[in-house]
Amino acid sequence: MVVVGRIKKGAYFDSVTLMNVARELSYMEGVADAAVVMGTDENRAILSAADLLTSEFENSSDTDLLIGVRAETDEIAEAALIAVDELLENVRGTVDDGEAFTPRSLDGALDVVPDANLALISVAGRYAGDVAARALDRGLHVMLFSDNVPLETEVELKTRAHGLGLFVMGPDCGTAIINGVPLGFANAVNRGPIGIVAASGTGLQEVSTLVSNLGSGISQAVGTGGHDVVNAVGGVTFLDGLEALADDAETEVIVLVSKPPDGEVLDRIRKKLAKIEQPVVSVFLGTEPEGPNGCRTLAEAAFRAVTVAVGREPDGVRGLLLGGDDREAELVERIVAERSNGQRYVRALMSGGTFASEAEIVFADLGLNDVHSNVPSGRATKLDDPLRSVANTIVDLGSDEFTVGRPHPMIDYSLRVKRIAGEANDPDVAVILLDVVLGYGSNLDPASELDQVIRDAVSKVAVVCSITGTDRDPQNRRAVHEALEGAGAIIAGSNLSACRIAGLVARKLGVK
Amino acid sequence: MPVGDLFKQELKVVNIGLSSFKESLDEVGATAVQVDWRPPMDVSDESRRIVAEHAEEIDAANATVMDIILRGMPQLVSLARAIDVIPGMKPNLILHAGPPITWERMCGPMRGAIIGGLIYEGKAKTPDDAEILAASGEIEYAPCHEHSTVGPMAGIVMPSMPVFVLRNEEFGNQAYCTMNEGLGKVLRYGAFASEVIEKLRWMDSVLYPVLEGAIVTTGPIDLKNLMAQALHMGDEVHNRNRAATSLLYRAMAPAIVRSCSDSKAAVEVLEFINGNDHFFLNLSMPACKVTLDAARDVPGSSVVIAMTRNGTDFGIQLSGTGDEWFVGPADVPDALFFPGYTKEDANPDIGDSSITETNGLGGFAIAASPAIVQFVGGTTSDAIQYTLEMYEIAAAENTVYQIPYLNFRGTPTGIDVVKVITKNILPFIDTGVAHREPGVGQVGAGVLTASAEPFTRAFEGLAARLAR
Repeated sequence: MVVVGRIKKGAYFDSVTLMNVARELSYMEGVADAAVVMGTDENRAILSAADLLTSEFENSSDTDLLIGVRAETDEIAEAALIAVDELLENVRGTVDDGEAFTPRSLDGALDVVPDANLALISVAGRYAGDVAARALDRGLHVMLFSDNVPLETEVELKTRAHGLGLFVMGPDCGTAIINGVPLGFANAVNRGPIGIVAASGTGLQEVSTLVSNLGSGISQAVGTGGHDVVNAVGGVTFLDGLEALADDAETEVIVLVSKPPDGEVLDRIRKKLAKIEQPVVSVFLGTEPEGPNGCRTLAEAAFRAVTVAVGREPDGVRGLLLGGDDREAELVERIVAERSNGQRYVRALMSGGTFASEAEIVFADLGLNDVHSNVPSGRATKLDDPLRSVANTIVDLGSDEFTVGRPHPMIDYSLRVKRIAGEANDPDVAVILLDVVLGYGSNLDPASELDQVIRDAVSKVAVVCSITGTDRDPQNRRAVHEALEGAGAIIAGSNLSACRIAGLVARKLGVK
Repeated sequence: MPVGDLFKQELKVVNIGLSSFKESLDEVGATAVQVDWRPPMDVSDESRRIVAEHAEEIDAANATVMDIILRGMPQLVSLARAIDVIPGMKPNLILHAGPPITWERMCGPMRGAIIGGLIYEGKAKTPDDAEILAASGEIEYAPCHEHSTVGPMAGIVMPSMPVFVLRNEEFGNQAYCTMNEGLGKVLRYGAFASEVIEKLRWMDSVLYPVLEGAIVTTGPIDLKNLMAQALHMGDEVHNRNRAATSLLYRAMAPAIVRSCSDSKAAVEVLEFINGNDHFFLNLSMPACKVTLDAARDVPGSSVVIAMTRNGTDFGIQLSGTGDEWFVGPADVPDALFFPGYTKEDANPDIGDSSITETNGLGGFAIAASPAIVQFVGGTTSDAIQYTLEMYEIAAAENTVYQIPYLNFRGTPTGIDVVKVITKNILPFIDTGVAHREPGVGQVGAGVLTASAEPFTRAFEGLAARLAR
């Protein structure tokens, strides 16, 4: 061990800076101890106690900088002394990055933006209720993206919110568009005269993007979360949303999207509808349409809403969105003709839960038999094993059994890519049906995720695909369309159209 | 108010959770602020429920407490011997820092200070005798905090020691603290060598009478005003007291010269104060104590009224839970160490000086003290973040103590244990570090986050009282 000392005359630094420098020195390989201090009597005493006082320091004054190093070799000690200059230079050169403060709570955030009016909450479900309650306390509307929030918490929150004149969208609300701002998993859509209340996130996305792509636009889109329309919750947000749209001067047509509401809730909705002046288009997936603007499917609802808003049907797109035209018939014929013996089933691998439900309805309407699903809603048989398809199968890859410990399939395509490859190798399969959902929050490059697996699959089966999104979405609908078409997929104009094409192919091949 | 009013406003979003949603909002140009949210600290569902149910009662109690704290007017009024003024002080009683503790569980520095104290009082001749006496049961120990007193580091107060007497002019209560000994080998870090005792004797025979005489001349000194000025001059009055000491020096120097007929003594006293940047610490601490003590015993209040460490345990008291201590282990501070020392040498956190943080100063006001920001990571931005974070758990903002950089925003004042638990943010404390062996002294300085356990226990304790 050697002890080396050096004096820098008249170099004042504050003691904390010097302690930092000394700490850095002591981290150097081979340095046992180091002191960098101003040359006061007291500091010399400290150096002495640490056995770092060398003869050089005898005549130092208060304004001299003393550097003492104990190291394994002279070379290391010299290197340490040189390092001091650099370290001191860096200390003086440090500039404040001035990074903005990140609040740690809603209250902290409200110090920063006191007039915030909506809390978007996506924390774990067991905490989400408390956070949402605090937001209501502070007078904020709430969009609760979190799932696994207990039903009684939902009821409590919504009851309070209703009394306060605030929205609680959710829990489990994936999508909303308020004042033109997309929240959660939403798309960049045009603003316009059509307002939406939806108890289904992907349903809202499909209707809002189709409306936008048809040249119309969205005034407001209120998500409610799927549980809102059960009797226990009573449709609080659904009804408040409906009323808010009814009072909204910008909203000329209202669209309601939901799975079938519970009886009491449906009665309340009907009662409220009787007092509303604007035309109301409704799609309660799986129930018989009600009234002049009742629809069976999402695409139909979007088409109908735009027709009512504009005063006439959009030109030349009815078949593309809703099917039933010659082009569809020819396409189905071609796919059927290209199949070999034994290929007869459809496998729908969906990322949107509502799209899986819609597929079940469309297949049933087409008279397709032997349909199985991991999330049947009355027209299909429950799959014993969601991982193994049976005959005609619909799989919702966003349901719980697939998403534990894994991101949603709209974000993470890996599970679906694997399943597509597996289904394509099944000699009984004729057509694979996919939905691709674009927008904020979704996978930013779904075309690349799907490209190779579609190229491989189309040598054996047909791949029919719908794309939910707009050209202004971060992924750009047109670009995704072209890429997937380039890979060999048949791109339909809506989920309805895709389901019809795939379902018609399976029915024809099944009858053969 | 109809829900649809939202449609007529510009949407401004607080995003709590997935930061990708905030990025999307930024992309479309919406106003949005991200919250760095964490789950609450682990307390029982039962206590959480009780506290939630009593939210209004707690808020009202806290408003009362904060009104008292913010109205507090700490003044230095005189000096006196501990035995003559400290309530409950008696010849065989020794006061110490932190929550209650027995001799057996005391850390090295505290034992060292007691040994030094017994020698100083003439109760023991040698350190060995002192240790035997200290452990004999003849000597009683009590926290300073339970006797309207605070002490830095070991915080040892012997019956014969002279103490500052502070009075809260608004509420009439008093608080006490010994005089600061300076740096080097000092009793508060557990040193008990003869030079330590000699300095204490000088403080008793020279410093005490000179200061006592000077205060008669000056009259009561308004410490609140003085500390407010010191904050504007770069102190946070815990780890940095240079400005406050200078201001005190200005206030007292003429009075010392005028009142002290022995000019040698006057010079010694002036030089002693001038040479000790921490002289004011022993006034900022009791100033905070006298302010907070006035707000004790407001039922239902979740505001921390004492937060302190004895080198073994970290303890807190709430206004709403009476004299009950909530205690957990004291942690070793994350510090910068003097040459020759490492974290291995450091004693767990010790001292009543965190009373400053309890009163919205010290670590809570570190944004006012750029000169010492390197204790917190090196940049002024770090210091500002720390102060801003403390607003999250503060019950109020101070009306007198201000942070110049934050446009003279009042310092975050009054630690609300409910906020600590629900936001999972622990108080941030500036601190000196004592060597774990008695007699060695200070080995570094730094910062630390308060221990979690006392706060979760206090939350449970408050809930238990609310449920009664």
